[in-house]
Amino acid sequence: MERKIRVLIAKPGLDGHDRGAKVVARALRDAGMEVIYTGLRQTPVMVAEAALQEDVDLIGLSILSGAHLALVPRIFEELAKRGLETLPVFVGGIIPADDVPVLKQMGVGEVFGPGTSTQDVVAFIKESLGA
Amino acid sequence: MLSSRKAWGLDLGLESAALAGDRRALARLLSHVENGAAEGRAALAALFSRTGRAHIIGITGSPGAGKSTLVGKLAQEIRAYGRRLAIVAVDPTSPFSGGALLGDRLRMRELASDEGVFIRSMASRGHPGGIAHATRDVVLLLDAIGFPVVIVETVGAGQAQVEVARVAHTVVLVEAPGMGDDVQALKAGLMEIADIIVVNKADRPEAKQTVRALQFVRRDMGSAGHHGAGALQPATEPVVLGWDPPILQTAAIESQGISELWDAIQAHRRYLEESGAWDVLRKRHARAEVESWLQRHLMLLLEERIGELRMNEAVDRVLRREQDPATAARNLLGAALEPDRDPIA
Repeated sequence: MERKIRVLIAKPGLDGHDRGAKVVARALRDAGMEVIYTGLRQTPVMVAEAALQEDVDLIGLSILSGAHLALVPRIFEELAKRGLETLPVFVGGIIPADDVPVLKQMGVGEVFGPGTSTQDVVAFIKESLGA
Repeated sequence: MLSSRKAWGLDLGLESAALAGDRRALARLLSHVENGAAEGRAALAALFSRTGRAHIIGITGSPGAGKSTLVGKLAQEIRAYGRRLAIVAVDPTSPFSGGALLGDRLRMRELASDEGVFIRSMASRGHPGGIAHATRDVVLLLDAIGFPVVIVETVGAGQAQVEVARVAHTVVLVEAPGMGDDVQALKAGLMEIADIIVVNKADRPEAKQTVRALQFVRRDMGSAGHHGAGALQPATEPVVLGWDPPILQTAAIESQGISELWDAIQAHRRYLEESGAWDVLRKRHARAEVESWLQRHLMLLLEERIGELRMNEAVDRVLRREQDPATAARNLLGAALEPDRDPIA
């Protein structure tokens, strides 16, 4: 039986920079994971729907617009509506240091800023899935 | 099962929940089926009597021809008639890392918040035919759950990746202008399994040439050259003639030609039903299914009987050039069927 880690990499919000998300998506692929990449400008409903239909183990959100404090709670809300409130979520992008504990308080597992090694992301995923 | 996952009390509950319309339960069942897990096999066995109702449409063609965009638009067209549908989109697994980047949803944005559409991305997981090993079973489950239409989008397929014809009732081949001359099209393979041929990106000036080349090839092949979906099974029944694959033009990004494509797909289905080809196709699909499982079971049985030790010995003999691979395999088989015999010839 083959069991692969499935990760959704989504870019909610309105900024148009997906380089970071693509770098992470590729690194996770190279680490042997199946990465569902949904592209730019995803609404919270779209993120939650993709997570549901694809039965992912984990969600990575790339947010560079500064709207993280508004977007993340709405995504958690949509996930909860679909019974996915326990799904681990990590955030990457430009997040001011003061906001990191706020996001974690909301339920975000980890926040990765600029300069993060993709190996750290892989390690975080494996750790949070107990794999 | 990974620790993060909230478990259902009973896996029997998954089946009835999925049948009752719980999409999360369906998603989890699809994972079980994709992973070849016992829960998945049990669900398929239990739900099998409900299958056979969906119209399964295969969409194949070269990488970059615009398959995903076309599937997205086609799905919107189908939704406009109020029908629910499922999409299974296959992308390749990296042979090096075993990972995959599944990016087909990217081109289906408009469907992303429509609960009448269920999109599932699948990695090919090393299977060579353009779809994944478990794609057939995933389609079967979606059929059982009651989706009247299931679209299967293959990996960017070359000439020989024709396995979608073993799954679909109607195969749509998507070509884009400027991707090779008519000699490419003359080569065996995808052209022969296409029930409908689409030249996408038809707003480009080279599109006319592509259409002409395809028309020429189609005329050259004649009806005898068209085998259509189900063509890969041994032809125990005569090939049903009478369907001439139409060549359509679309510009998927501009939403042009999409309703004509849906009309052609429905016309093909009507043709299948009225000509009796539908029954032939179903019989071939069923036979292919049974044969495929037989092969799988047989391989497992043989591997078990032969054992790692004898397998390694045979490989060593081949490496030392003492025995060619075909003879080595034949001897292993002989040894497996008659366990007392000395495997060394």
